[in-house]
Amino acid sequence: MGKLFGVILTIIALASAYPIVTHMYVQPVDISTHGHAIDEQLADTMAEAGLSFVLAQLLLAFCVWKFSNRKEGAKVFHLPGGAKLMVVAAFILVGTEVLALGVFGQKAWAAVYFTPPNPDALQVQAQAGQFAFYFRYPGPDGKFGALHPDKIDEGNQNYFGLDPANDVEARDDVVTAELAIPVNREIHLLMHSKDVGHSFYVRELRIQQDFVPGLDLSLHFTATQAGHFEILCTQLCGLGHYNMKAYLSVLSQEDFDKWMKQKVSEQ
Amino acid sequence: MSTTIHSPAVLPRLAGPAKGSESGIWIALFAITMSFAAFTSALFIRQASTDWTHIAAPGVLFASTAVLLVSSFMMEASRRELEGKVASKIHEQGRRLGFVAATVLLGLTFVAGQYLAWRNLRAQGLYLATNPNSSFFYLLTGVHALHVLGGIAALLYLFIQLAVRKSLRRNLLRGVVVYWHFMAALWLYLLVVICVRL
Amino acid sequence: MEEALKSQAHVHAPAEGFLWKYVFSLDHKVIAKQYYALALLSVFVGMGLSWLMRFHLVWPNAKIPGLELIAKTGAPGGIITPEYYLSLLTMHGTLMVFFVLTNAPFAGFGNYFLPIQIGAEDMAFPRFNMMSFWTTFVAFVVLIAAFFIPDGPPISGWTAYAPLSAIGKDAGPGLGWGQNLWVIAIGIFCIGQLLGSLNFIATTLDLRAKGMTLMRMPISTWAWFITSSIGLLAFAVLLPACVLLLLDRMAGTSFFIPSGLVVSDRLQNHAGGSPLLWQHLFWFFGHPEVYIAILPAVGIVSHVLTNSLRKPLLSAKVIIYSMMSIGFLSWMVWGHHMFVSGMNPFSSLLFSFPTLTITIPATIITLIWLGSLYGANIQINSASFFALGFISMFVSGGVSGFFLAQPSIDIYLHATYFVVGHFHMVMGVAAIFAIFSGTYFWFPKMTGRMMNETLGMLHFWITFVGTYCIFMPFHYLGLVGNVRRYSSFVDDFMPALMPLHKFITIAALTTGAAQFIFLFNLVHSRFRGKLASANPWRGTSLEWSVPSPPPWNNFGGAHPVVYHDPYQYGLKGSTGDFVMQTSPEQILNE
Repeated sequence: MGKLFGVILTIIALASAYPIVTHMYVQPVDISTHGHAIDEQLADTMAEAGLSFVLAQLLLAFCVWKFSNRKEGAKVFHLPGGAKLMVVAAFILVGTEVLALGVFGQKAWAAVYFTPPNPDALQVQAQAGQFAFYFRYPGPDGKFGALHPDKIDEGNQNYFGLDPANDVEARDDVVTAELAIPVNREIHLLMHSKDVGHSFYVRELRIQQDFVPGLDLSLHFTATQAGHFEILCTQLCGLGHYNMKAYLSVLSQEDFDKWMKQKVSEQ
Repeated sequence: MSTTIHSPAVLPRLAGPAKGSESGIWIALFAITMSFAAFTSALFIRQASTDWTHIAAPGVLFASTAVLLVSSFMMEASRRELEGKVASKIHEQGRRLGFVAATVLLGLTFVAGQYLAWRNLRAQGLYLATNPNSSFFYLLTGVHALHVLGGIAALLYLFIQLAVRKSLRRNLLRGVVVYWHFMAALWLYLLVVICVRL
Repeated sequence: MEEALKSQAHVHAPAEGFLWKYVFSLDHKVIAKQYYALALLSVFVGMGLSWLMRFHLVWPNAKIPGLELIAKTGAPGGIITPEYYLSLLTMHGTLMVFFVLTNAPFAGFGNYFLPIQIGAEDMAFPRFNMMSFWTTFVAFVVLIAAFFIPDGPPISGWTAYAPLSAIGKDAGPGLGWGQNLWVIAIGIFCIGQLLGSLNFIATTLDLRAKGMTLMRMPISTWAWFITSSIGLLAFAVLLPACVLLLLDRMAGTSFFIPSGLVVSDRLQNHAGGSPLLWQHLFWFFGHPEVYIAILPAVGIVSHVLTNSLRKPLLSAKVIIYSMMSIGFLSWMVWGHHMFVSGMNPFSSLLFSFPTLTITIPATIITLIWLGSLYGANIQINSASFFALGFISMFVSGGVSGFFLAQPSIDIYLHATYFVVGHFHMVMGVAAIFAIFSGTYFWFPKMTGRMMNETLGMLHFWITFVGTYCIFMPFHYLGLVGNVRRYSSFVDDFMPALMPLHKFITIAALTTGAAQFIFLFNLVHSRFRGKLASANPWRGTSLEWSVPSPPPWNNFGGAHPVVYHDPYQYGLKGSTGDFVMQTSPEQILNE
């Protein structure tokens, strides 16, 4: 049985590593400016963690294979170096990994969170509510009208609770159900929640950020490739959580201007 | 457990060694401290919101505080009597029970004082959900009062053990005494928080 | 060394009468079995819920026969609605984390064996002990009641984030009285745990037998001691959090709910509260809680392994210090559950460092186990196999944690199946393996009979291979970006992943079915198992020095004296290749 354990565990370890090594399940293409740092970090971690995983499992498999079902009266003996060796190994192996990943890893984090948005980034506001995302562009005046929760009226498509009658700045705001952005232009996404916690996740952009009711949060990013990408809600928000999504359309500047013109006429 | 009946001229038998499971009460206090630390952090985070205001601590709180501190003295007196630190005389049983009873009465008076403080706030239109400050006021004083009532229940149990069985486990006495003093210390801390932060 | 013998003054007399012997027993051994039984019930209910979930994910339109009787609104016609899926998810997590993983390895085995392993007749506070179980039982009943109210159980997950959990029924089905029952149940559970932890700590500090120094306590005892220290403080924070949540829900306060929320077309009458406050309070409890789930497992496995290897581990002291460091560090890492929550991004980096650092003591412990295997004389049986399997699972689960500890990687992996794979590996598999190992190991002591080894081995193999088949693929799904807590998969990239999901579901149903082998073995062996001797595993610790099962006062009124640590294996003793802790035999080079 001991030998069987060794064999089965070896198979399990190698079978587990197989899909990783052959890249069967990987993240989608990266279309962001900061994503490569995250992908690199992920790949480095996968290499170290993957190696540790396989080695540890093989070691366990080998030891059980070799040291079980021993002869009657077999003597037990200790690994030379004992616990001290293990402690030192742990500190060196893990310590260096931790330092490397921790120290170098913060660059990727800093790129997303510690750099302020470009002053001429395109500002868009995203509102998350049970169970849809809506987006608002500030219009030619470059200003967002104030939000009035008591004026929200989904039946009349006033998703944000705008008051154009009394709010000059709200009059030219453009509200859409789709987030269209020009390629290679920095976007400053302002995030507002209408009701409960939600989250904004675009796999290809390598961004994820919660909407927190009552907090003004924002993200900034630049998309480097045109295309149609899913925006998913990743914070449990109620029964429609699984279906709460929108689309990110990354367009050429020309196409984006056309799109914006069309949306303005639809308001 | 020892249940020796004896004449009033002798101290009640305190069973159990001076040590024993005395760590129990300190462990419990650790947990209670942690809970109030959690409430305090909630207060600190909540006070960052724009609707944080200010409420005046009702004057009766200071009277209640005095009552609770005196009850601590009574509790300490009870402990000394029961552990025989004070010379015993005739009618000591009555005296011992008297000190414990006084502690209980003062404890109840304290809780009554808290109730008066709540009435005072209600008279000002400040209820539990009126504003975050009033919420914390009722919360902190209410949870503390609940713990004081628990202490009073323990004191009553102690009283019954003394009066009926005329015997007391040493670590039970110690436990109740430490708990009672802790209630006073905790109240002093909460009073500071209320006056300075709310 | 202080003689704590006279502390026995408080010990109760042997119970008489059915109620006092079996229901409101003050005997820690009976209470332990009550906890274990409650955990067993919870795990089968929790497993059933996961079957329903896995079924629904791959066969969403399947009619599940009989379900419409229990869930009239949740599963009309036997088809699970999106909200019912979330209810199943919430109750699955709640039952498993609280009623299984906190109950069995800690309250269950700990209650039974802590007093015996330190040479005590019972816990320090037997009445508190009895109350702690019944409080936990009441919490269970209140929680399960949520299944039977019209609106059903809550849909906010075991994490119950505000404001979804705080607003009330406007926020969705199950969030009215379902959520209230959940909060009340968890609050009551906290009180039970506080009473239990108090007992464990006081007992370990005050009731050790003569010669039982702290360092002579078995690793399992140390694990229970450290766990209860963590539990005392962690549950002392969850209880206030539940109080605040209940006040928001029922008294109109605004601890967690800000102003201006429009839910179900209704403007909510709250202002100024902070949803992040709930997350901080919850995870300040929640992270130590997962160490409460794993440390007793580490202790049990170390204890079983020492015995199964017939040699001491490379260093029990280092394992103990490592467990203490894990306990200490566990208080500093809670923010790693909140990297993208909207909290200050600088805090995320601050939380990341201690999170990565915890890997060090965890690695030390794993390397000591692996290193100890070298040169051992491994005894193969169900108990040792589950202990060895634990090492494999602990490595697997730990390694995926390494990814999630880094905020930048977490940006991509947060809220995906990668996270679900990670915590199921460590909690849902590894910790459960330790419970199995402990069961096979200690069943003879608790009942006086051996469990059936053939069935045990069958149980092991199916479970070992099966759990890898279920949970390893979760990591692959996460790497693609498969989002968690979805009742159906409607995203464009999901169809390609459905074959893997089907594989997982079939593995889950199969592995789950194998657990009935264990249940059968448990019940059958209780009545028909081979009779066990006092020391069937040739163990050294105190539980093996008393009969199987032990008498009501554990040591028959005797006061055990301890001469050695519990690691005297692999030498020439008078009884074999070991020397018991209570044996006055001299050992050279101790």
